[in-house]
Amino acid sequence: MLKIPAIRWGKPYESLEVEDVVHFATGEPIAQLSQVGGGLLKRDMRFAQKARDALRQIPSSELLEILKKAADLFMTATLPMGDGTQSPAEFVHAQSATTGLPENMCRFNMEKNAYALSNMNLILDSLTRGLDLEILSRGYGKEDRGVTVSYQAQSPVLGAVLPSNSPGVHTLWLPAIPLQLGLVLKPGGKEPWTPYRIYYAMVEAGVPAEAFGLYPGAGGDVGASLLASCDRSMVFGGQQTIDQYHGNPRVQAHGPGFSKILLGDDVVDDWERYLDLMVQSVFANSGRSCINASGVWASRHTQEIAAAIAERIGGVEPKDPTDPEASLAAFTQKGMAPAVWGMIEQDLAESGVTHMTEKFGPRLEEHERCDYLKPMVIHADSPERAVAKKEYMFPFVSVVQCPQDQMIKQIGYTLVGTAITGDETWAQQLTDATNIDRLNIGPIPTIKLDWLQPHEGNLIEFLFRNRAYQMAPLEVATV
Amino acid sequence: MNSGESVLSADIQAKAQAAKDKLDQQAYETVQWHFHESTGCPFWLEKKKELNFDPLTEVKNYEDIKKFPLFEDEWLRGGPVRRWVPKAFENDPVYVFETGGTTGVPKSRIAINDFRTDYENFSHTLPDQYFPKGANWLMLGPSGPRRLRLAVEHLAQYRGGISFCIDLDPRWVVKLIKKGWMEHLEEYKKHCIDQAITVLTAGHDVKCMFGTPKLIESLCLGLEERGTSLAEVGITGIFSGGTEFTPQWTRYCVEELFGGPPEESGIYMTPTYGNTLMGLACSKPVTAAEGYKISYYAPQPRAVTEVVSFDDPMQTVAYGETGRVKLTTLTQEFFVPGFLERDEGEREMPFDKYPWDGVSGVRPFHGIASSTTVGVY
Repeated sequence: MLKIPAIRWGKPYESLEVEDVVHFATGEPIAQLSQVGGGLLKRDMRFAQKARDALRQIPSSELLEILKKAADLFMTATLPMGDGTQSPAEFVHAQSATTGLPENMCRFNMEKNAYALSNMNLILDSLTRGLDLEILSRGYGKEDRGVTVSYQAQSPVLGAVLPSNSPGVHTLWLPAIPLQLGLVLKPGGKEPWTPYRIYYAMVEAGVPAEAFGLYPGAGGDVGASLLASCDRSMVFGGQQTIDQYHGNPRVQAHGPGFSKILLGDDVVDDWERYLDLMVQSVFANSGRSCINASGVWASRHTQEIAAAIAERIGGVEPKDPTDPEASLAAFTQKGMAPAVWGMIEQDLAESGVTHMTEKFGPRLEEHERCDYLKPMVIHADSPERAVAKKEYMFPFVSVVQCPQDQMIKQIGYTLVGTAITGDETWAQQLTDATNIDRLNIGPIPTIKLDWLQPHEGNLIEFLFRNRAYQMAPLEVATV
Repeated sequence: MNSGESVLSADIQAKAQAAKDKLDQQAYETVQWHFHESTGCPFWLEKKKELNFDPLTEVKNYEDIKKFPLFEDEWLRGGPVRRWVPKAFENDPVYVFETGGTTGVPKSRIAINDFRTDYENFSHTLPDQYFPKGANWLMLGPSGPRRLRLAVEHLAQYRGGISFCIDLDPRWVVKLIKKGWMEHLEEYKKHCIDQAITVLTAGHDVKCMFGTPKLIESLCLGLEERGTSLAEVGITGIFSGGTEFTPQWTRYCVEELFGGPPEESGIYMTPTYGNTLMGLACSKPVTAAEGYKISYYAPQPRAVTEVVSFDDPMQTVAYGETGRVKLTTLTQEFFVPGFLERDEGEREMPFDKYPWDGVSGVRPFHGIASSTTVGVY
């Protein structure tokens, strides 16, 4: 069994307290993960500046090349993992075994992370709007138009409290390294694999190990300490977490996306053309991502749309996670799936709400050590129904009947909004809407990302402060 | 015979037998005291009527204490509290100490002198090198209705010093956590630590302190932020307890916050396990060589801890095995037969200094752990 230590500025630290990382279905221990307390992290943060100093020894351009090499190692090499090693196949297997995500989805997420690593130059070009990275590194510099600009790093490190269930979100903190900011990570208890493998790949590729801190720990202690002691950090969690950190400039909170597909009145009679897109948006990655659609909104044909989506995904059954056809992820935390099902049952009791996947059998499937929720399609005859604003961690969608002229107001916060319409007036109103983050006009699945555009809270704006900076030559008196 | 007994040396076995004899005598005398009309308390005299045996004639040793039904903590919730005062002490000044109380009625225990006796006994276990006689103390922990403030203050006075006290209300802390007011929690903690640092840096010659694990950590971090350390402000001896104490935390504390073991850092810390009902259990010296393992030994014969089977609380588990902590208190002020603590741990062997059973790895009992908020201060 692998023993995975905490990492304190590149140095492994084996705690006397360890937590078994176990197979979700068999309970078999796969690794022992060191558990450290928040105090240790807080104390280490005294040396955070050294992480940035070490990275600033290497030009950003060179770090970008190193990351390309790291991407390759991440995808292909047998890398260290604690006191042992891990091949790419072992990585995928371990990740699937502890998170419940089918192996094919683990591979997909692995590719996504590797893509971000190897295309970091383009991603940063997009995030910075073409700014010379040397300006961020030095703190000031001249733009092509001859004006001096200055960007001040707001923290020597970026902290992140990482989730246990979504290996794809790690793309969001990767840019810190070429921006010459250290990383302080709290890996998820069930998914330590991605942050550790990225760490080992980056170090093997040439990133200074002292730029990294990885602090696994139980309960909220380490997470709270990280968020309290890093000047800039991100956290992944539910709505409660988002609410807790709302308005805190030091924390970027990533939570449910409430992503939606809106069918315009001009195309809705032709809805069948977009059925594949809707199914894909709801179903990809077992519905776990914040960019999965949790709502399809239209002014008419909603019963037919819901029935058609239900027909496509309602009969999908859980399969062994190693099966290449497996498309449903398990709920590995005991009690969570029944609790979610309980909430859904409450919503189903409301008048005007119809369970469209009912005929495909019970949705909750309980196993000895894990549970599944099979795909669900709900029809709501009005945006007023409670289910219209719900999102869950499995393929779940509400098809909501709503007049087009009320949609923007009624949909609420939307991380990704795909509006399928040719109505230019409405498209302009959608462009102006402040409750939609990423906007797709036209038939684009919500899960399709354009990495070369800003995404989910621009990291540059979060990490660097744009300020005035003036310099004048100093006249030195001669004796 | 269980597995551990065979490896006890003859010397320890002799000491263990002597301790057992003393405990049997204490058990007999305590029951005689609490169930006799002239000295007993109203609660036990009333309870005697419900028993199917006569404690005065049928309890002759510690084993016979098992004839009593398990002590129910509900008996301690609510009044009248005077029903616990033994007749022999009815004219003495009485204290009441509370535990719990975050929700509902807290458990109350009357005390007259027990807390002083407990802490005087504990005082004799402290090395004078690190807890110098005459040194002043800092008490950094919960006060209010809790025993700790008076007890630590008495310990300081007993050793010839004066105790400075910082207050902390754990019931408010639990409420802050439950409400999710973590910013308020941080501010409250800072408020307490600021006061502690003020005392420590005000020239009061404080060398010893009591602190809960989390407050000691916060204090060390707070001192570091100000560019100083516990050693620099003069602390040499720390008595810690009050909440869960783990080997990893102790290691972190010793290695990083103190700067090494006592001989290097000059700071000696002793973990304790105690509560209002029992008094104070001392720990076997904690060393890096033993992986910072923490084993507690109750202050026998005044109190006994046993590690009992989860399924049958009348059965002690074998040495090294895990079970629930069961407490029996045997003093003239208070008699608690067979109280199941909210903790579990492993049964430890007697050793030279404490030749009776101990318990290690103390942590919240897994059966109730999920429903309680622990380690709040």
